[in-house]
Amino acid sequence: MKVLVPVKRVLDYNIKARPKADASGVELAGLKMSMNPFDEIAMEAAIRFKEGGQASEVIAVSCGPQANQETLRTALALGADRAVLVETEVELQPLAVAKLLKALVAREQPGLVICGKQAIDDDANQTGQMLSALLGWSQATFASRIELGEGTALVTREIDGGLETLSIRLPAVVSTDLRLNEPRYATLPNIMKAKKKPLETLTPESLGVDIAPRLTLLKVAEPPARQGGIKVDDVAQLLDKLKNEAKVI
Amino acid sequence: MTILVVAEHDNQHLKAATRHVLAAAEAIGGEIHVLVAGQHCAGVAEAARALPGVSCVRLAQSDALESAGAENMAALVVRLAPDYTHLLTAASASGKNWMPRVAALLDVAQISDIVRVDAPDTFTRPIYAGSVWATVRSADAIKAVTVRTTAFEALPETGGAACLETVEAGVDTGLSRRTGLALNASSRPELETARVVVSGGRGLGSAERFSALLEPLADKLNAALGASRAAVDSGYVPNDYQVGQTGKIVAPDLYIAVGISGAIQHLAGMKASRVIVAINKDPDAPIFAVADYGLVGDLNQVVPALTAAL
Ligand SMILES: Cc1cc2nc3c(=O)[nH]c(=O)nc-3n(C[C@H](O)[C@H](O)[C@H](O)COP(=O)(O)OP(=O)(O)OC[C@H]3O[C@@H](n4cnc5c(N)ncnc54)[C@H](O)[C@@H]3O)c2cc1C
Repeated sequence: MKVLVPVKRVLDYNIKARPKADASGVELAGLKMSMNPFDEIAMEAAIRFKEGGQASEVIAVSCGPQANQETLRTALALGADRAVLVETEVELQPLAVAKLLKALVAREQPGLVICGKQAIDDDANQTGQMLSALLGWSQATFASRIELGEGTALVTREIDGGLETLSIRLPAVVSTDLRLNEPRYATLPNIMKAKKKPLETLTPESLGVDIAPRLTLLKVAEPPARQGGIKVDDVAQLLDKLKNEAKVI
Repeated sequence: MTILVVAEHDNQHLKAATRHVLAAAEAIGGEIHVLVAGQHCAGVAEAARALPGVSCVRLAQSDALESAGAENMAALVVRLAPDYTHLLTAASASGKNWMPRVAALLDVAQISDIVRVDAPDTFTRPIYAGSVWATVRSADAIKAVTVRTTAFEALPETGGAACLETVEAGVDTGLSRRTGLALNASSRPELETARVVVSGGRGLGSAERFSALLEPLADKLNAALGASRAAVDSGYVPNDYQVGQTGKIVAPDLYIAVGISGAIQHLAGMKASRVIVAINKDPDAPIFAVADYGLVGDLNQVVPALTAAL
């Protein structure tokens, strides 16, 4: 069974995003970009299935500008067998990405797609579910455990209030939550080896997919600022403030 | 304009989240219907009928809908969608699970986690862990929207008298099936709706100390317990305690952060709280930048003293 893992190139999670001066978007120029952390977890899950003999091939895919090749090379260094870039300069929204991935699924025929539950840039939390819907497949989002069986999988999901376990029919789309695994780091020899692994480039046009954005971004802005407060000296002063100033207890 | 609000419930109780979503629907304007989908949930539909501003409650019941699985929920909502200009639900684990499926099947964009209605086709939503707010306009005929409940004040529970209509539940897609459910039993208020939240981080050091120090404090304040990702990853508390960008979003009257550094991903989930208290031994911890009242000190001394003084 092939496993497809979509990976996104995002602003590194250690960097605080700021609006551009003209409010037209978020400032990214010159800032460190990394693989979306949830996609690292998805990669790790797929690689472990390959190592455990349950997956035959791990294919990393990314949609976006040429710079995404860097993210795909990281995926290859982590253990993906090959990579596909769907290259475009057009701003991609989740529905468009889901359509591109659907076209890639038709080409590659994976038995499982593992993706991150959300990208930490747009925080949309949509693409995996959308892909699953477009394919008419089952889905299991927010996975903290995946157990592959014959034609089915058991997936434990992080939900409000606890954990839910689903039995899903394969092929399926599974999205990862934080507790699924701890992703490995790419080693230097593997980074070298990754340079020789195949990386194919396609375009939305060659896949026949309409990627026109549906949402128009009108502006981005800093959220309402929170007034900084004070430091209190001790528990007694804290209690006094909570009772008499804030009146919350 | 007619808006369908999909209710959040557990087949027994209508969750407060629904009343926050209704406030967002009211801000959009137009006629409002509520869909209650589940099994043996007629009582939930009755509660929904009393919600103010709702003209009609639509009730769909079947075994296939009992656990609100994404495939079956989406099929139902998609079937009802042509009657509506907007589909709204809470940006909860459930809403996030099925709404994108609905949007994709309708070939429309989803607008996730809105915090403001700017116009019936224009919404503001946080991106990049809430560091930035984006205002977006949708050109789609049907707007599929999930709502950040903490950003909209809940409407009251009563005041309305909606009609009740039964709708066909639809057949089971058979794509997935719930085989297990492990809910964390707790007598505490729900994290998302609690008036007071006591949250612990890596500074607590162990599961034992987390409960020994924070439970008595939460008991005194009738508070819900929350946690940072580090505390969850370290196994101090279950995963659904996590507050933050990729966990729960909370906005209680009082949020007490104990041994939490204040990473941007954590702040994303709590910085809309009315009053924030931070207890941390590091005077430079970023949590102090958002705290109304900061207390620099060792939590092992401060927390028991605070609990004793309450
Ligand atoms: C993709 C992604 C998603 C994430 N999502 C979330 C999320 O949703 N929620 C979240 O919380 N984090 C999230 N994080 C993690 C986040 O970046 C931080 O790592 C995390 O919030 C840190 O938790 P902490 O503050 O408990 O731990 P630390 O940063 O280690 O802070 C511990 C604090 O405890 C204090 N302390 C230690 N001992 C004592 C003592 N005796 N008395 C008083 N103070 C003491 C220290 O001074 C320190 O400030 C995410 C990260 C990534 C990459």
